[in-house]
Amino acid sequence: MRSEVSRTEFKPVLLGRVGKPDSQTLATYRADGGYEGLAKALKMTNTEVIDVVKNSGLRGRGGAGFPTGLKWTFLPKDINGPVYLCVNGDESEPGTFNNRVLIEEDPHQILEGIVISSFATRTTTAYFYLRYEYGRCYRVLKKAIDEMYANNLLGKNILGSGYDLDIYLHRGACAYICGEETGLIESLEGKRAWPRIKPPFPAIEGAFRRPTVVNNVETMACIPHILKNGPEWFQSMGIPKDPNNPRDAGSYGPKLYCVSGHVNKPGLVELPMGVTARELIDKHAGGVWKGRTAKAVIPGGLSMGFMTNAELDTPLDFNGPGRVGCLGLGTAAVVVIDDQTSMVDVLYNSCRFYAHESCGQCTPCREGTAWSTKILERIRQGKGKLSDIDLLLEIANSIGVMPGTTICGLADGAAWPIKTAIAKYRGEFEAYIKSGRKSESAALAHAH
Amino acid sequence: MSELSENAKQTIAEHLPRYPNKQAVTLPALHVVQQEKGCVSNKAMKEIAEILELSPAQILDTATFYGFFRTEENPLGQKRIWVCRSISCMLRGGEELLAALCEKYGISPGETTPDGKLTLELAECLGACDGAPCVLVEDELHLRCSVEDVERLANEPVQK
Repeated sequence: MRSEVSRTEFKPVLLGRVGKPDSQTLATYRADGGYEGLAKALKMTNTEVIDVVKNSGLRGRGGAGFPTGLKWTFLPKDINGPVYLCVNGDESEPGTFNNRVLIEEDPHQILEGIVISSFATRTTTAYFYLRYEYGRCYRVLKKAIDEMYANNLLGKNILGSGYDLDIYLHRGACAYICGEETGLIESLEGKRAWPRIKPPFPAIEGAFRRPTVVNNVETMACIPHILKNGPEWFQSMGIPKDPNNPRDAGSYGPKLYCVSGHVNKPGLVELPMGVTARELIDKHAGGVWKGRTAKAVIPGGLSMGFMTNAELDTPLDFNGPGRVGCLGLGTAAVVVIDDQTSMVDVLYNSCRFYAHESCGQCTPCREGTAWSTKILERIRQGKGKLSDIDLLLEIANSIGVMPGTTICGLADGAAWPIKTAIAKYRGEFEAYIKSGRKSESAALAHAH
Repeated sequence: MSELSENAKQTIAEHLPRYPNKQAVTLPALHVVQQEKGCVSNKAMKEIAEILELSPAQILDTATFYGFFRTEENPLGQKRIWVCRSISCMLRGGEELLAALCEKYGISPGETTPDGKLTLELAECLGACDGAPCVLVEDELHLRCSVEDVERLANEPVQK
């Protein structure tokens, strides 16, 4: 385990330039050592770059935590014709806003990562899929990409290396499902964003039926630093591999934690992977607001489910949240729920979100998310039955990739809040139903 | 007369070389048309389909999958304001904000004021949870909004 000392010595990496004057411009980025990682990469072979990223232990920051370098090696060895890199900027997991801040404040850091990753994967066209709601991000990126073309960092023969690359921005249209990598690909292709059955995985057959890599924005932002400072530097941060578990890939590097909800100072915090939720809330987010205590905390975006106050000393690395029954680290978006909030209302909000965002392709997800919402609606109207609790659990246990009934993981994300809320706060649900009380926010009928 | 403006046609043409097939220009085409007209009419969908060598049904299929695009029966007002209701905003008053705005303007989410000036929408997580409750005006996020803030934003002159 890492020591407390090195965490206090930690200097932000990904947010290192945030708040500096004109942090979005190429000139300031270069003055701070920007594009040195790219210059270094372009002098290597593409497989050497992949090895550096592989050796760093970098795992994808979008939610699933798949090792990035390994993902790149799944591309076929002998490729004739184009390979595509899709950057997943469809950040929509409730509680998550790190990509937005990274793009708005330091776009070149991400773009440098994209050029390096494209070079490593022999991509000559990269698509940056950006959710529509991030209009400011779109304008910032557009300007930054124009600067790159004007300075031989994109286009033909980048920095005299003989390598060519184009990056195109592609705006989404307000659909959560586009964050699922094959949903994103379908959307990019101009279709409804229905996730594809896998295999084939995108590395074999992705965008436009060509080998494709889909990577998250924060993952891209890590790449230039890894190239510049080396894999050992990246591995000096975070939680090392568990020597007793051969399948553990470790949790290395800096991580952006989005803290929101009932805290005094909501915001983005960068720390070495593995800070506990309690430390994050108390030391970095000003504590729970109004002098209250936390009843529940979402460790990594709504889909991960809930941790109780007693579980807050869990380290937020790739393995921690799973040890307390959550789905995983997810996007490391920590949402704090205070002791005055009803878990029935929270779970209703969660179920409604997934019902709204289910793409409708798989029946268990489409129906399960809708019915769980209706059951909670009934409970909130004071008409719930105690048997509704087990009915909710039955739904949660039968939708998703894990029970094997859906194509993508959206339904697992819908199920985990239900499973963890009922496992950990069952008494509150029972008391609510027995009291026959109506939710105060049920009065806000047309807000639903 | 063509339903698509010269600007829309030009935008579509500019996007074509970026993708290996024409269908990929569907979303950019829908975006530019809705931006200009406040909806994507049936005639516009037909014309987009012609340019992209698709059937109009394929354009309709994509357009209606995304809650974002409006058909000609249900056009947008001059300004579109989205209020986030997902978990972080809900915890800090997002639902109350949306309810107050619905009451103030006398419309439900998705509807437009009778004078055609404002369309109010409910949004799922807008990615600005550090500034909950947040709203989106067209494509610009506004953090930590009160009812008064949104009224002020609604009254600002429209820039299109």
